Amino acid sequence: MLRFILNRLIAMVLTLWAVSFVAFAIIQLPPGDYLTTYMATLAAQGERVDPRAIEALRQQYGFGEPYVVQYWKWITGILTRGDFGQSFEWKAPVTTLIWGRLANSILLEGLAVVVMWLIALPIGIFVAVKKYSLGDYLATVAGFIGLAIPNFLMALLLMYLSFVYFGTTIGGLFSPQYESAHWSLPRLWDFLSHAWAPVLVLATAGTAELIRILRANLLDELKKPYVTTARAKGLPEWKVILKYPVRVALNPLVSTIGWLLPALVSSSVIVSVVLNLPTAGPLLLRSLTSQDMYLAGAIIMLLGVLTVIGTLISDLLLAWIDPRIRYGSK
Amino acid sequence: MAVETLTPAEAMAPAKPQRESQMRLMWRRFRQHQLAVISLWIVVAFYLVAAFAEFLAPSDPGAYSARYTYAPPQGINFFVQGEDGGWSFQPHVNGYRSEVDQAAMRRTFVIDPEEIIPVQFFAPAEPYRLAGIIPMSVKLMGVENARDPFYVLGADRLGRDLLSRLIHGTRISLSIGLAGVGLSLFFGIVIGGFAGYYGGWFDSAVMRVIEFIRSLPTIPLWLGLAAAMPKDWNAVQTYFAITIILSLIGWTELARVVRGRFLSLRTEDFVTAAQLDGASDWRIITRHMVPSFTSHIIAAATLAIPGMILAETALSFLGLGLQAPIVSWGTLLQDAQNIRTLATAPWLLAPGVCVVVVILALNFFGDGLRDAADPHGR
Repeated sequence: MLRFILNRLIAMVLTLWAVSFVAFAIIQLPPGDYLTTYMATLAAQGERVDPRAIEALRQQYGFGEPYVVQYWKWITGILTRGDFGQSFEWKAPVTTLIWGRLANSILLEGLAVVVMWLIALPIGIFVAVKKYSLGDYLATVAGFIGLAIPNFLMALLLMYLSFVYFGTTIGGLFSPQYESAHWSLPRLWDFLSHAWAPVLVLATAGTAELIRILRANLLDELKKPYVTTARAKGLPEWKVILKYPVRVALNPLVSTIGWLLPALVSSSVIVSVVLNLPTAGPLLLRSLTSQDMYLAGAIIMLLGVLTVIGTLISDLLLAWIDPRIRYGSK
Repeated sequence: MAVETLTPAEAMAPAKPQRESQMRLMWRRFRQHQLAVISLWIVVAFYLVAAFAEFLAPSDPGAYSARYTYAPPQGINFFVQGEDGGWSFQPHVNGYRSEVDQAAMRRTFVIDPEEIIPVQFFAPAEPYRLAGIIPMSVKLMGVENARDPFYVLGADRLGRDLLSRLIHGTRISLSIGLAGVGLSLFFGIVIGGFAGYYGGWFDSAVMRVIEFIRSLPTIPLWLGLAAAMPKDWNAVQTYFAITIILSLIGWTELARVVRGRFLSLRTEDFVTAAQLDGASDWRIITRHMVPSFTSHIIAAATLAIPGMILAETALSFLGLGLQAPIVSWGTLLQDAQNIRTLATAPWLLAPGVCVVVVILALNFFGDGLRDAADPHGR
């Protein structure tokens, strides 16, 4: 097990390194460098540009030097000082801008994963046990539609329906008075009354996919002789199903987190824009349209890092519950 | 019992074994999936709309009319009731009556059933070129007096005809799906083919890269790449840039499929036989291996189109994909981003309906194709 974890950790470090490289490439992509843009905005606002401050910045980020040097300065800044650079639009260090929003992103995505499992598990078991029943067909049709409707369209539709039928606009994560309050019961309630919509929207596509996979896995397992044996020994039906085949069928399901998570992070960006949520998504979009590249790069990198870490956790979880993986992959 | 009479020549000829081509066999299997066949027709219909956009769209997608902002859909009625109470066939749309909404302090349009504007099919129109090539001066439908409102699916903020814009958007959205998949397929076949055929370190390197790309959230990445596009690029340049950006990530899935096929075929007897015969790698790949998995590749490519369409829609919807003068489903949905707008003009969600229908149809069609292409299935 230790060896497995070690292998995975090494792979993760390499992946993270690659992620940082991609993020840095995106920072460098737009024509012109950050400093020129920065000076241009300052000049446009009629502010005097202090040549010494500019020179200090040039030194710090290594502008004008080869990309490798710039990358080195950027990545060591992140690793040693937690410094992701400056956002010229907000005139603040990137770190002060992103952590709160990133926490919201993680919260939403985590909730979406939980909701996905809570919905998919009972329905998946039901449709596998009652194969070809009316419920099975309904779940299949609903699943296909859930897969085909893009997330942001679902969010738009939900927004429209709630506006027309309930007269309320859904959006945001907190009411204004709770925006910067500390966590308390009323704030939690406020959060939940706002968060249900985005969480539901985020969970749909994944739920449909999970149900499909669980159904297929469980159908394979239910045919196996050990199920018949358990039944022949007189176990109650619910125990026959829940105790053995469901547990086996769950294993491949855990591994789906690996590809579910990138899709989830991806769609949370666009859903957040539609529903105007204070997560990393709208900030990313805004920083990209205003070419605030250090901010954008930091968000892209952190979203990537989150996804990679999430995948690692799911891998370890899988190895923990399934000994075949622990010992098989030497 | 009927006795078959044979001419001497026929009786002498050896019985020819019935042979059917691979394609015919596939088609036969494919036809058993009713859903897939229906989906095929839907997909074909959408692509026909894309091909004949100029002919089908009643007006120019950019033509605006400040008089009819957010005019609701008129629909087309086919029968009118005459003076004597009898119904007669006359395709028409109803005119608008404008009312002032006191609460919201703005003008709204209400369909006026009294006013009847006849609709002509194959109506003469300003000369135009179909697909930029064939000169034509007839449109599928139009109203006699060009000043009369004709908004079958309603109008947008600038009083532009949503139906016409939808039809032109279909062309862009569907073609970008095809172009993106085409480019991805090219990368996928070259890279996946090399990796699968030669194996070794190149194969493992490619597989690591693919795993890496697939472990990243795509939309932030796409956004980052699309934001680097210079703002002053023209329509054609952005179109191709977006296609390239989409396929930079899209090739991975297809490369995996191609590699898998190559790996499994490499050890097949007929490939070994060809190698022992001294055939060159190129000949083995193009003459022996590729034909035996073309159908799989086509199915995989079909299943990749919906992802491309969705990605383009999402990017354009967020404002970093195709830009305003280009009409695509994504740029059309951009107008529907605001809840106030949406409440006034819910018909602006129509492009979303198109997206869902096409995605579903392409998925079912691709699934059917994949099942039909698999000779071991069933």
